[in-house]
Amino acid sequence: MFLIPDSVGRFFHRMASPPHFYAFTGRLLPWLTAIFIILTAVGLYGGLFLAPADYQQGDSYRIIYIHVPSAWMSLFIYVVMAVAGAIGLVWRIKLAEIVMISSASVGAGFTFIALLTGSLWGKPMWGTWWVWDARLTSELILLFLYLGVIALYGAIDDKRTASRAVAILAIVGVVNIPIIHYSVEWWNTLHQGPTVSKIDKPSIHVSMLIPLLTMAVAFKFYYLVAMLQRARTELIQRERNSQWVKGLIE
Amino acid sequence: MNWQEFFAMGGYAFYVWTSYGVTLLVLLAIAVLPVIQRKLFLKELAHKMKRMKKS
Repeated sequence: MFLIPDSVGRFFHRMASPPHFYAFTGRLLPWLTAIFIILTAVGLYGGLFLAPADYQQGDSYRIIYIHVPSAWMSLFIYVVMAVAGAIGLVWRIKLAEIVMISSASVGAGFTFIALLTGSLWGKPMWGTWWVWDARLTSELILLFLYLGVIALYGAIDDKRTASRAVAILAIVGVVNIPIIHYSVEWWNTLHQGPTVSKIDKPSIHVSMLIPLLTMAVAFKFYYLVAMLQRARTELIQRERNSQWVKGLIE
Repeated sequence: MNWQEFFAMGGYAFYVWTSYGVTLLVLLAIAVLPVIQRKLFLKELAHKMKRMKKS
């Protein structure tokens, strides 16, 4: 790996060792949690107090500060899960498998939040809780993919075999990600097109954009917190017979 | 802007606060459940090890 500095390589090598991962994430988590809480407070203050009401949607648009970051996270986490799954499949790294399965519940949560807040936003703005348009339907399929991953993992007792099965499912499901992303461009959807990702000229005012991006970063930190908490639990359950887990008790 | 006005959300209070409330509950549950599970698991394991030592 000539492109990766030696220290970085050593870091990842050490992190692949379960006891080291457990100890390191234990020290890291309070900091990540604090950063998440501070960013959320700042983002919500900006979004709920400082930002003006939308000239068309009034105050209902304020759902955007959780809806859009959640939808972004639902896609981002799926890709992380599939990449971790692929790494686990190829190199048989136990921690990659654990990151994969620990991401699934967090991703499912964000997908659920994106769908629910979208519905709560759609009712006053579109006059309906739900339509079977391409964006909403493909996001619903994403939720089913996450739930499928969780159910499949639970259904196979040997967790190494389960991880391989889940990784294949997760990788195949990646096909849905570009479909969700481009659905608003490929099809005529009731869901509006992108407002933020037009880099040259985002059609959203800066007083609304800054809290939105702050919330997006806050949710990234939340993902790290929730995923690592799940990973630590998963790890000691899998390694229950090892010396280092017994050492945690004494 | 006073607080009453803030909570009214221009008439969209139900939609906005339900969104924020459910989001809070879901995120809290997903982050806290594994911590509780881990504590219970370690407790159970400690019990088991104690019994093993006695016998």
